[in-house]
Amino acid sequence: MSREPLSTGSEWTFDLIDEYDRELARIADGYRLDTYPNQIEVISSEQMLDAYASTGMPLMYNHWSFGKHFLSNQQNYQRGRMGLAYEIVINSNPCIAYLMEENTMTMQALVLAHACYGHNSFFKGNYLFRAWTDADSIIDYLLFAKSYISQCEEKYGIEAVEDILDACHSLMNQGVNRYNRPRPVSAEEEKERQDERAEYIQRTLNDIWSTIPKQESTEEKVSEERFPKDPEENLLYFFEKNAPLLETWQRELIRIVRKVAQYFYPQRQTQVMNEGWASFWHYTLLNTMYDEGLVTDGFMMEFLHSHANVIYQPPFDSPYYSGINPYTLGFNMFCDIKRICENPTEEDKRWFPDIAGSDWLDTLHFAMKNFKDESFILQYLSPKVMRELRLFSINDDEARSYLEVEAIHDDSGYREVRESLAAQYNIGNRDPNIQIYNVNVRGDRTLTLRHYMHQGRPLDDSCEEILRHVHRLWRFDVVMESVDEEGNVKKTRRCPPADGKESR
Amino acid sequence: MSIIIDRRLNGKNKSTVNRQRFLQRYRKHIKKAVSEAVNGRSITDVESGSQVTIPSKDLNEPTFRHGQGGKFTHVHPGNKDFIKGDRIKRPPSGGGKGGSGSGQASNSGDGMDEFTFQINHDEFLEYMFDDLELPNLVRKQMMDAQEFNMRQAGYTTDGSPDRLNIVRSLRSAHARRIALSGKDRREIRQLKRELREMEVSPDETDESRAEELRDKIRELNGKLKRLPFIDEFDLKYNNYVKVPSPSNKAVMFCVMDVSGSMTQEIKDMAKRFFILLYLFLQRNYKEIEVVFIRHHTAAKEVDEDDFFYSRETGGTIVSSALELTHETISSRYSPKDWNIYVAQASDGDNWEGDSSVCSKILCNKLMPLVQYFSYVEITDRQHQNLWREYESVQDQHPESFAMQQIKSANDIYPVFRELFLKKTAKAN
Repeated sequence: MSREPLSTGSEWTFDLIDEYDRELARIADGYRLDTYPNQIEVISSEQMLDAYASTGMPLMYNHWSFGKHFLSNQQNYQRGRMGLAYEIVINSNPCIAYLMEENTMTMQALVLAHACYGHNSFFKGNYLFRAWTDADSIIDYLLFAKSYISQCEEKYGIEAVEDILDACHSLMNQGVNRYNRPRPVSAEEEKERQDERAEYIQRTLNDIWSTIPKQESTEEKVSEERFPKDPEENLLYFFEKNAPLLETWQRELIRIVRKVAQYFYPQRQTQVMNEGWASFWHYTLLNTMYDEGLVTDGFMMEFLHSHANVIYQPPFDSPYYSGINPYTLGFNMFCDIKRICENPTEEDKRWFPDIAGSDWLDTLHFAMKNFKDESFILQYLSPKVMRELRLFSINDDEARSYLEVEAIHDDSGYREVRESLAAQYNIGNRDPNIQIYNVNVRGDRTLTLRHYMHQGRPLDDSCEEILRHVHRLWRFDVVMESVDEEGNVKKTRRCPPADGKESR
Repeated sequence: MSIIIDRRLNGKNKSTVNRQRFLQRYRKHIKKAVSEAVNGRSITDVESGSQVTIPSKDLNEPTFRHGQGGKFTHVHPGNKDFIKGDRIKRPPSGGGKGGSGSGQASNSGDGMDEFTFQINHDEFLEYMFDDLELPNLVRKQMMDAQEFNMRQAGYTTDGSPDRLNIVRSLRSAHARRIALSGKDRREIRQLKRELREMEVSPDETDESRAEELRDKIRELNGKLKRLPFIDEFDLKYNNYVKVPSPSNKAVMFCVMDVSGSMTQEIKDMAKRFFILLYLFLQRNYKEIEVVFIRHHTAAKEVDEDDFFYSRETGGTIVSSALELTHETISSRYSPKDWNIYVAQASDGDNWEGDSSVCSKILCNKLMPLVQYFSYVEITDRQHQNLWREYESVQDQHPESFAMQQIKSANDIYPVFRELFLKKTAKAN
């Protein structure tokens, strides 16, 4: 059913965007892509720079670090060292997508397909986003956070607020609940509960820090018990609830940073899937448009050119190499799943007996909804993709003077490479595992953090600086112990540093 | 179901606050960069902003990260000829991922060592003035390079009451009254004449007719009285337009002692003084030329680089420079065409017998030609005879001679305060 192309030139107009969007929506619907309503905003490059600086969010509280990012992006952009992303898309309801005015019509269509139908459906469908973020209320919440923080700045001074925010930002990656689903955030609720919470915190704090001995016998028992009873992985949560000397507003600031960190947490875990999914769909949707005769050959040439750039993977020895390109990996994997469903080879039938020959759209939707990067790779990375990307794994062991190639893309190596790659996307392996281990409740209130070393990997030196931040929140001595897998303390750092106790 | 919004007209400066926070936080670094930039650039080049570089270790935002060491496995793409069990030499640490990659990609970016950004002209001056402890009002005056004068340009029919032009308004009221009442007055005159004729005529007067005429005259006079003396319509206001002020030319002589006793530090201080004077002139004059004259025992006109950065040794004869200044003025800068400013910086040393010669040259030759002569003595020692001689010059020319001892950069300003005071006073 061939129709007239929607446009022939490269100039875009609002009417054209509307028309393309309508066609894309129709086609996306045919592929059962379920999306939030789209709010498409056309912005200039300066506004794009602004958006970059505040982590892409349309509104954000003020902080010097955002200014720093803005300056460095601006400098790089003006020098031509950096191109701007064609789009930014925000996981909210309605889903906000920014289009740059400099884009050609082809690029706008590509961005529409990629962001408004690809990312958008991922945000709505993937289990992590469903469980951990609230697309309905995030903008509200940021509005609340912004006005609350600026009130604090008026009341207590910018510097006092920045001290807390700096400390919280450095602990942001340790400020998420990995296993418990947090309470949903909503601006109105937040306001209502603020007072309630303040009172509650003060009350429970007094319980913890009560210095009146209850009974001799119980006290002895208590002193052997650790506080917290089980190590706490969410440092920010712990400080918000338990730091002895913080004011209520300071606890509220910690809470805000914690909520923001939690909001971004799923994005860090689904980069490959998210980008792969969006790339797969912009490719599929635009090709469908082409098949229907809605776009011209010229349009397709320009689109394929950009598409090829986006999913280009430089090899490891290229000067442009900076790790595995999530777009490439994700796109190839989704395409490959489709291929396995439609035209399985003998190898595929051996490796993926349950999906070979099944309905590709069902399988794809299932994969998008129920996995994160780590499990997605473990489940779906096929030998064919490994061969195409020529993946190999390198083992780096401190104890040896050389690196060793552990496995390559051959029969004996597929599983190993796949496991290593999956582990690489496990946030638990990427971020050091740091937990609150103990507080000396009856004594000098020293806080002990434990770094549970993963495969003997030590902490970076910036750790000392972070301890100073922790000290700023806790206000009493802070000790950081790095513990190896057998439970032996390998290295101890403290803040403020105590002479002669530096390390064992 | 999609909404398309054009946001391009929304403000694009959402990051301004954050940017300022950042600048505020790194004020110390920026001030240092600015003061280095001042030393490094020409004193006439104060228009542009500056690039500021901060070591990135000072502004990183730390997060817990894995350091080097331990055991880990990393997957890379693009294998060419590796097979399982190959051993590769470990690339030097910190060198990144040259060969097979230690995979220690820093997540903070591309391992920048320095963080560089631009500050603009206003910010540059702001930081420079901060160093000199200039009061804010003066800062503003200096930073507004374009100054405007209000000049009268005719009259308008509306404006604010303070601009009311009384003469014009009354004149126009008068004209209006004449215009509006002409017909009635002509009629009155006519009637009066008729009445008079009637009174003087030998014939019997027609009383009733006379009475009628008198009534008519009274009525017309009443009508005239009801004409408003002044109407809103008559009001005239002075009209002013903004014109850039003044557009004449100035020349600035920088005179500096470069004898052995002048250290680089003193010269840097002098440089700031010259920059300030330059900025001040720039605000007042459209075209400025700068002449650099340096001297030890003999004076010489040089370019800026030589002026600040070449070292000479030997004694000091200040009069040689003043003499050369005078010569240059008479040969190239006629006081009729040029506003002449002289700024002299020295550490106060002069050859014993020369100081009286200096004051003589100043009083007799230079002071009549120049707008302003400012002298700064950058020293913390006792004053010597040059200072005392100059003091007597100041007594004779309190209007256009300023001198100041400078011990640190923030002493420079008072000289300018005087300069500004005088300028404003003269303008009124």
